[in-house]
Amino acid sequence: MKFDNIIIGGGLSGLTCGIKLAELGKKCAIVSSGQSAIHFFSGSLDLLGKVNGEEVSNPLESIKTLADNHPYQRVGIDNMTRLADEVPQFLDRAGLKFSGNANQNHFVLTPMGVMKPTWLTIEDFTRFETKDSFPWKKALIINFSGFLDFHTLFIKDGLKKLDVTTQIKNVSMKQFEAIRKNPSEMRSTNIAKVFDNGDALDEFAQKANDLSEGFDVVILPAVFGLLNKQIVSEIKAKILKPLVLLPAVPPSVPGIRSQILLRKRFQALGGTYFLGDNVEEGFFENNRLVAIATNNHGDIKLKADQFILASGSFYSKGIVATRDKVYEPIFGLDVNGETNGSEWKDEKFFNDQPYMHFGVKTDSQFHAMINGEPVENLFVAGSVLGGANALKEGSGAGISLLTSLHVAEQILK
Amino acid sequence: MKKEIFEPFNVSDNNFEQCVKCTICTVYCPVLEVNPDYPGPKQSGPDGERLRLKDASFYDEALKLCLNCKRCEVACPHGVKIGDIIQLARIKYSKKKPKVRDMILANTDIVGTMASTFAPIVNPIVALKPVRRIMDSVLKIDHHRIFPKYAGLRFESWYRRYAEKKQNDFKKHVSYFHGCYVNYNFPQLGKDLIKIMNACGYGVHLLEKEKCCGVALISNGLIKQATKQALHNVEAFKKSIVDKNMPVISTSSTCIFTIRDEYPHLLGIKNDEIRDESELATRFLYRLIDSGKLKLVFKKNYKKRIAYHTPCHMEKLGWSIYSTSLLRMIPGVDFMALESLCCGIAGTYGFKKENYETSQGVGKPLFEQIESSKADFVATDCETCKWQIEMSTSLKVQHPISILAEALDVEATMKLWNA
Ligand SMILES: Cc1cc2nc3c(=O)[nH]c(=O)nc-3n(C[C@H](O)[C@H](O)[C@H](O)COP(=O)(O)OP(=O)(O)OC[C@H]3O[C@@H](n4cnc5c(N)ncnc54)[C@H](O)[C@@H]3O)c2cc1C
Ligand code: SF4
Ligand code: SF4
Repeated sequence: MKFDNIIIGGGLSGLTCGIKLAELGKKCAIVSSGQSAIHFFSGSLDLLGKVNGEEVSNPLESIKTLADNHPYQRVGIDNMTRLADEVPQFLDRAGLKFSGNANQNHFVLTPMGVMKPTWLTIEDFTRFETKDSFPWKKALIINFSGFLDFHTLFIKDGLKKLDVTTQIKNVSMKQFEAIRKNPSEMRSTNIAKVFDNGDALDEFAQKANDLSEGFDVVILPAVFGLLNKQIVSEIKAKILKPLVLLPAVPPSVPGIRSQILLRKRFQALGGTYFLGDNVEEGFFENNRLVAIATNNHGDIKLKADQFILASGSFYSKGIVATRDKVYEPIFGLDVNGETNGSEWKDEKFFNDQPYMHFGVKTDSQFHAMINGEPVENLFVAGSVLGGANALKEGSGAGISLLTSLHVAEQILK
Repeated sequence: MKKEIFEPFNVSDNNFEQCVKCTICTVYCPVLEVNPDYPGPKQSGPDGERLRLKDASFYDEALKLCLNCKRCEVACPHGVKIGDIIQLARIKYSKKKPKVRDMILANTDIVGTMASTFAPIVNPIVALKPVRRIMDSVLKIDHHRIFPKYAGLRFESWYRRYAEKKQNDFKKHVSYFHGCYVNYNFPQLGKDLIKIMNACGYGVHLLEKEKCCGVALISNGLIKQATKQALHNVEAFKKSIVDKNMPVISTSSTCIFTIRDEYPHLLGIKNDEIRDESELATRFLYRLIDSGKLKLVFKKNYKKRIAYHTPCHMEKLGWSIYSTSLLRMIPGVDFMALESLCCGIAGTYGFKKENYETSQGVGKPLFEQIESSKADFVATDCETCKWQIEMSTSLKVQHPISILAEALDVEATMKLWNA
């Protein structure tokens, strides 16, 4: 089965590569063994939030201070500036509205009640321009009775530090009785499905409006618009007071919607998306990857001119760690982090952990390497790359989006 | 560094330990969405398994609400065999005895043999409203359901009478597992397959007595009988694949999925010797075309808009690409893929009165897509999806093999491959 390009991994990186290539006429396939990290997405795409423990105000400027082998340095500052600028329109074409600026981080209120710097925020959520003030003084936090994934007390404590007085109220409605029967199913996605399907929205808005008498702002968990995006603007219109949505414990409603819309965009452009299939091995000839074998397709190998590895980090098993080594499980590519196991961890849990920088090694053009030799037509993008601690830096989505767009450009050259 | 195979270590027979409790599977379960009595894949699968291992009384009869669609498995980022865990739990712990109704629905071949013998009488009778009411109240088979018609002349008899002799004239050969549906309800699909394979230079043979794959027996809890039939089939497949070097192809995605994956996973029957060479006809044809060993010539005047529906087991197999690629090769086809969603029938599940509402609720988003597709008809590889879609929408459904057979220029193709 022959394609122009095959991408291994269907998360943010794989879909970004696939969409970009398909937009320019390439016949692409994505193979993904399961759903991706986008399902846990907070609603904000981070470019760079912290360097050496210091909060970053201008990500594009601060990138210059990162280590030479950081993926951003390898993309290059000029490319970074240009590509970062493209991202909002790129997402918009898939039906995803994000706003923000790569020259200036804005802030979002986290479910822990803290202001966090970020790059692009999805339209569901509220952007704040400063971290030490909240535009309203009296906030009402509403939760659904029996919903354990929204920690209202953290939010209350956080807002107190910003001089906001808050009250917490619970709402119960008969439409949720069915999912409440089973406490483990009272999850944000199931609540969102109830709102997606029926009449619950009007009744809920009515209750919220009654309760919010005397408050300046209403705070709710983001449980609106799983498959029906319209619901987000409807709830915003129906609640009379200003409305601030906050992420709940994953899986995330805006995250799943994003995953679905990106996948649909890819398919609408003619891309083939193989979900639930695992890439098992590669077949190489003269420093080129000619074909891959997958679990479902067996002896019918998938062939392409170029391949992109976007298989994610430890969580998605793009990289695997055992007691004594770290390795890339599909092709056995070179990784950084093959060092002595005792040096992986810093005793202090919250320090910058060495193992978090582990990932697949590449040359300056993002070619994968085997025994120090670059593979001509195998590129690497996203969180499977080494050289960054996305969690510590707040650079997760930035690395995924920008290395992927950059790699797609290398292929299109 | 050398390549390594990543093999997670599991203590249990199935791999529920791999679950990280991310709940992604629950987002994609079609039953959970419409029937709150169902505990959902995570709770019924890996979470429940932990409890059941401690104490069998934690088994919840609501697990029978699982459609076994495996859409949860396709979504799980950690490869947990959620659907298998649930089905195995039903097999191991369920105390509910199958009802007479379940036996009737499950024994597709015995009922099929009787019904097709008396097809002219049975068809009009089971279609009668009062009869359907009685079946509804006595047997609890929902009266909205219309039984698929039984054919007068069974496929096997037709084959022996009209097709068998010719098959030895070809140089290459395959065996055909036709399944109950082709045999009793829709022999035309089997005839279409033979037409295509013959045009491509292949003789088509039947197995030495095939038995129903047993999917309905498994889902209705008749495990002993399912195991017996499965053992028989594996032997019959071996005779073709191992002894005669003839691969086995089928036109039913569910039969082939059951034989390849459910036999070893649910019934514990080894099928290593036959698994790789038991596959769908569309995959067999695709492989030949992809490797340059075959080219199909199509009629110039075939013009249709076709909407393809991915059956759940095709989604799990990952094989819809083969059927859709073949359909796209037909020059006059205006092709559209429907978003892959469960139709709700799940074999015999939707025929049961108690499941009717869930079944239609699950299928609703698919039906809406179909109604707005502006297609001439729907294409799909599964016979029960066909019934469900035809009962629930205004469009007819055709199998990709039948579409290919209609669009194929038989003579031109023959000339290329029967020199
Ligand atoms: C829990 C969590 C929450 C996060 N939240 C945020 C956030 O809110 N904002 C932010 O900016 N960043 C966040 N991040 C950072 C995140 O890493 C990136 O934003 C991004 O989602 C990573 O995308 P990816 O495509 O590189 O990898 P992934 O999303 O991990 O996707 C990799 C895909 O590859 C597939 N795969 C792996 N091996 C194979 C194989 N052999 N064959 C086939 N397929 C394979 C996997 O199944 C998976 O679907 C979060 C990360 C995690 C783990
Ligand atoms: S998707 Fe897989 S890992 Fe996640 S909860 Fe379900 S079974 Fe567990
Ligand atoms: S097999 Fe289908 S019905 Fe059963 S739990 Fe999984 S997704 Fe739900």
